[in-house]
Amino acid sequence: MTMSAGELAVAELHFVRRDQLPAQPPPARMTGAVGWLRANLLSTPFNVILTVLTVALLAWVVPAVVDFLLIDAVWSGADRDACREVVQKREIGACWPFVWERLPYFIYGSYPIPQRWRVDIFFAMLAFGFAWMLWLKAPRRGLGALYFFVGLPVTSFVLLHGFEAIGLPVVDTVLWGGVLVTIVVATVGIVVSLPFGILLALGRRSRMPAVRLFSTIFIEFVRGVPLVTVLFMASVMLPLFVPNNFEPDKLLRALVGIALFASAYMAEVVRAGLQAIPKGQYEGAMAVGLSYSQRTRLVILPQALKVTIPNIVNNYIALFKDTTLVFIVGIFDLLHTIEVSRIDPKWAAPVTSTTGYAVAAIFYLIFCYGMSRYARAMETRLALGDKR
Amino acid sequence: MTETPTAAPLKPTKLKTPVAVEIIGLNKWYGDFHVLRDINLKVMGGERIVVCGPSGSGKSTMIRCINQLEEHQSGRIIVDGVELTNDLKKIDEIRREVGMVFQHFNLFPHLTVLENCTLALIWVRKMPKQEAEELAQRYLRRVKIPEQANKYPGQLSGGQQQRVAIARALCMNPKIMLFDEPTSALDPEMVKEVLDTMVGLAEDGMTMMVVTHEMGFARQVANRVVFMDEGQIVEANAPEEFFAHPQHERTKLFLSQILR
Repeated sequence: MTMSAGELAVAELHFVRRDQLPAQPPPARMTGAVGWLRANLLSTPFNVILTVLTVALLAWVVPAVVDFLLIDAVWSGADRDACREVVQKREIGACWPFVWERLPYFIYGSYPIPQRWRVDIFFAMLAFGFAWMLWLKAPRRGLGALYFFVGLPVTSFVLLHGFEAIGLPVVDTVLWGGVLVTIVVATVGIVVSLPFGILLALGRRSRMPAVRLFSTIFIEFVRGVPLVTVLFMASVMLPLFVPNNFEPDKLLRALVGIALFASAYMAEVVRAGLQAIPKGQYEGAMAVGLSYSQRTRLVILPQALKVTIPNIVNNYIALFKDTTLVFIVGIFDLLHTIEVSRIDPKWAAPVTSTTGYAVAAIFYLIFCYGMSRYARAMETRLALGDKR
Repeated sequence: MTETPTAAPLKPTKLKTPVAVEIIGLNKWYGDFHVLRDINLKVMGGERIVVCGPSGSGKSTMIRCINQLEEHQSGRIIVDGVELTNDLKKIDEIRREVGMVFQHFNLFPHLTVLENCTLALIWVRKMPKQEAEELAQRYLRRVKIPEQANKYPGQLSGGQQQRVAIARALCMNPKIMLFDEPTSALDPEMVKEVLDTMVGLAEDGMTMMVVTHEMGFARQVANRVVFMDEGQIVEANAPEEFFAHPQHERTKLFLSQILR
């Protein structure tokens, strides 16, 4: 080794920091509105193209929608003539008087008009129950769960179906319709599918062969069949196999079909979550002496459900929209009531159908987007509590 | 061994029998692979056993058999007079009496440090919540992290997490503590805090079985060092003898590789 190399090595070797560098503010291009634009919209050439395309698409669609729904829309009128271009001699958008007149039918279906207050109370009770359950810091959530899962179903049934003994005339489910049916079907599907889905998912991972086999067959069978087929089976085939005098209600059959279908899908979502939990969690729980049900309830499920929230909500959104399929078996959900109304001769006009479908679109959009936003908020909240 | 009094002296649970763990003719297979071969080991109450050996030698598997995280296929395991059978009740009973600390901590990430410690007290021991929390706080003080009680495990360093895991196991007031490579997943500067905690436990007379490569710990704490290789116990001896005069060729080779 030469002398100079040795000196060089020593010179690099010895370093002691004597001053602490203060933190500097970031460069201006990283902050403020410009920084946000750069980071979110224009970060790469590909993103620049996407941004331009999105802006162009919005510029094309939004004015047309606003025109149709608001600017060219008809706000009052008694019948079809108000919404016909040939009569009005101007461009016609949405036909709101049609919706306004038919709104009670969209909401209650053919539910007898003097009894509709019962449906209103049901809606209020349900909204109250959902608020209590979804508000994570609400007081007395245990009581809320009791109300939601026991009190509400019983009172809802008595209220909606009727109970002669206390002076509520029975309203046959054939008369139910519109938003009422959509909400009932979706709520039953949502509320039933999670617990049953969890049980099926646990069953499929059980160490007991009989339980595992039953769960697997059930899940795979139901998943292997389209929902339309399940509904047909439930409403057309089922009566063929049961005695004549025993024919379950048509709506009830559809509810059972939807609940089974949703449970099978939920089971697979929950199973994915269970599989994401590391083996060490099971072992940690076993080692402190927790039993199978305690391990599952206290350690595994809280973590598994948390990682599956996006998928659970995804399932719920799909289920909410799938409820429209009940119209195939002759149940009047919201879409079916719109479908019936739009061909009413009194309102026959070129824009009637579009207006009706716009109402359906807005209704489903509000509910699905609401679910999606709630899930996002919940994910953020849970992520705060637990940084792994 | 130092005789420093610990902050909160613990009375180790009295074992019902003088023998804490007795393993007789234990065999275990993973599929075709014969992972444990005729293991015989008797651990007396209050004894501190360090189990060492090359990776894949079956040392972790052996101590995991003691609380039946792994099933064995033949042989007998008797923990404080109770023989492990397929009876799930018995297994749960033994797990309540045997504490275990894992290489990767296995804390519950969705619960706070305090909740991690009280979970089993509340659900297994049926202790009222407040009492459980007081007890947990006592053990958290003992492992020197009472101030972290309301944090989540993910917010702590590895060494702190492992000490929480020790506190969680201690809360159940175990008769025997099993340690499965408790310092192997830690950054080097955190090993000492965990080992110090374990030394403290040993000084209080806890019966311990420790799988570890920390030979300094073995010298300081162990009554007996057990060396395993290829699923068998190759050599067991008091630490002074074990390190000074290893008998078996494989022990000598192993020691020559880890002690420099």
